[in-house]
Amino acid sequence: MTLGTWLALFVALVVAAEAMRALRHRGLRSERWRRFFRHRTASWGLGILAFLVIVALAAPLITPFDPNRQIDIVHLTNHPPSWTFLLGTDVLSRDVWSRVVYGARVSLGIGALGALMAVSLGTLVGAAAGYYQRWIDAVLMRGVDVGLALPRIFILLMAVALWDGLPFPALVIAIGLTSWFGTSRLVRAEVLSLRQRDFVVAARALGADTGRVIFRHVLPNAAAPIIVSAALGVGNVLLLEASLSFLGIGIKPPDASWGNMIADGAPSIYTAPWSTLFPGLAISLVVMSLNAVADGVRDALDPREEPA
Amino acid sequence: MTGAAWLLRRLVASVAIIFAVVTFVFILIHLAPGKPCGQIGGGEYVDQVVCDQLAKQFGLDKSIPEQYWLYLVALAHGNLGYSFSLHRPVRDAIADTIPFTLQLAGAALVLDFLLGLGLGIYQAVRANRLPDVVLGNVTLFIYSLPTFWLALLLLLIFGEKLRWFPVGGPNDLIFCPVVDSLYCVADRFWHLVLPASTLGLVGAAGTARFQRAAMLEVATQDFVRTARAKGVPERRVVLRHQLRNALLSFITRFGLAFPFLLTGAVLIETIFAWPGMGRLAFEAILSRDYPLVTATALIASTVVVAGNLLADMLLGTADPRLRVRADTDLVLTT
Repeated sequence: MTLGTWLALFVALVVAAEAMRALRHRGLRSERWRRFFRHRTASWGLGILAFLVIVALAAPLITPFDPNRQIDIVHLTNHPPSWTFLLGTDVLSRDVWSRVVYGARVSLGIGALGALMAVSLGTLVGAAAGYYQRWIDAVLMRGVDVGLALPRIFILLMAVALWDGLPFPALVIAIGLTSWFGTSRLVRAEVLSLRQRDFVVAARALGADTGRVIFRHVLPNAAAPIIVSAALGVGNVLLLEASLSFLGIGIKPPDASWGNMIADGAPSIYTAPWSTLFPGLAISLVVMSLNAVADGVRDALDPREEPA
Repeated sequence: MTGAAWLLRRLVASVAIIFAVVTFVFILIHLAPGKPCGQIGGGEYVDQVVCDQLAKQFGLDKSIPEQYWLYLVALAHGNLGYSFSLHRPVRDAIADTIPFTLQLAGAALVLDFLLGLGLGIYQAVRANRLPDVVLGNVTLFIYSLPTFWLALLLLLIFGEKLRWFPVGGPNDLIFCPVVDSLYCVADRFWHLVLPASTLGLVGAAGTARFQRAAMLEVATQDFVRTARAKGVPERRVVLRHQLRNALLSFITRFGLAFPFLLTGAVLIETIFAWPGMGRLAFEAILSRDYPLVTATALIASTVVVAGNLLADMLLGTADPRLRVRADTDLVLTT
């Protein structure tokens, strides 16, 4: 780690803290944000996520080495953490810190894109089923029943292992396509109860077309479960990608993802635990923050329960 | 609708779902590039003539719709087919793994529910006080751990550094190649500790969070307040009024957790060299063993559907209020 990278890391920390402070300050005006920030773990979670996203975006500034460069394959394999190599080096003498930071791009990217796809699809299907009812509902929900009964990990293993070398977008699509079933059920249940409410009936009576009713009146009121399942979804997708990469069939080497870093480090875990421990900690940190944020959002948008 | 009619309808729907899953998996695996023989995956250096003959022997030279039809006919006779990669009937290959999977899943479930329920109830009783806050953060952390990473961590600490538990396999190969004595049963349990606690701990953290929320939700309801107001002892309020009602959502969780332990253990079984169904399925996929892959998917989806059905039936038994709602086709599990 050089002085420049420490400085960049420090700046990232300050930016994240400032962003949180601004958000908190602005949020004081709204009851919901206030309730969210009263949740201490949730505010910490959001702060950590903000920090990690900034770090991932500014990866070149924060990493002292090229993540895929084998620095000195003779003398520097499995070098323990030091001031030069903050988190040590792995079995191919690559800097673990640089790989964790660049891995954040891949892992967070897959998590966010996969969950975005899954939640959008789930919301659309759920809204259509709940709003139109009748045969559309029956067909869509029977499909969802099948989807929920699919052994998802097997399907993904099949898709990824058999279509060898699936590119990044295809991986995201495969994960997104198999992860939306739960969300669609949640949204459908929500839409079913909302469509009977007076304001929806009024909107229809005033001649608003179906799309407008669904997107302007129904869905915004179903925001709570959608946001919560999105936050949980990012964590799930990230874990799923890590599992696939751990089995050696997700993100292809030499590109770093947290999952394949754990897989690379696992054989030498007894002699050089750092190359396995730190990517795993990174995954845990992100998933934990996401779960905490989901808790906070649930409490903020659902005033019935006491905030924990 | 009566209970019997409801059950019949659910059973028919369940069979339809399983059928759809099998069809989907069958199509997916036949669409995938690569063949069981003569290409990547199985025997790159096998002579083409031999491959053609093998393909003919296993009926792989027929068109896919024809193969599908033959598969269904065999399935209807209870025949799961013949595994290419293991050279034995699929039914035997799976039957061998089921005891191991059940032992692992059973041990994990016991740990999951006992620890999870206990913690959840304790936290709810102490809600928002120090023990609850501390435990809440601990369970949040454990719940967020990737299971395969936790497995590696436990292996590193308890298997390698402290040498308390074996690092893999279901039994001691020298003293207990087959489980035939009390010592070997103990040996099996000893081998179970690490894989089962990996799955059980993460599950327990989830159960505890879930149960705490369920308990607190019930706590706000009128009948709990009434019970307190009329002077029911606190212990009885918690166990009789709160817990009994909070257990309803726990039943749903049980229905969902059970299948996950069967299929979600792929990584744990791989890491601990545990010869269960997850590992069998993974190896079958890698070797493009069509009948074995389809059969494992069939079993996995059956367990999912059965778990759901069982949970709904238990819910109906436990809570008469829900029997009425079951008629309106409201899905009880989310």
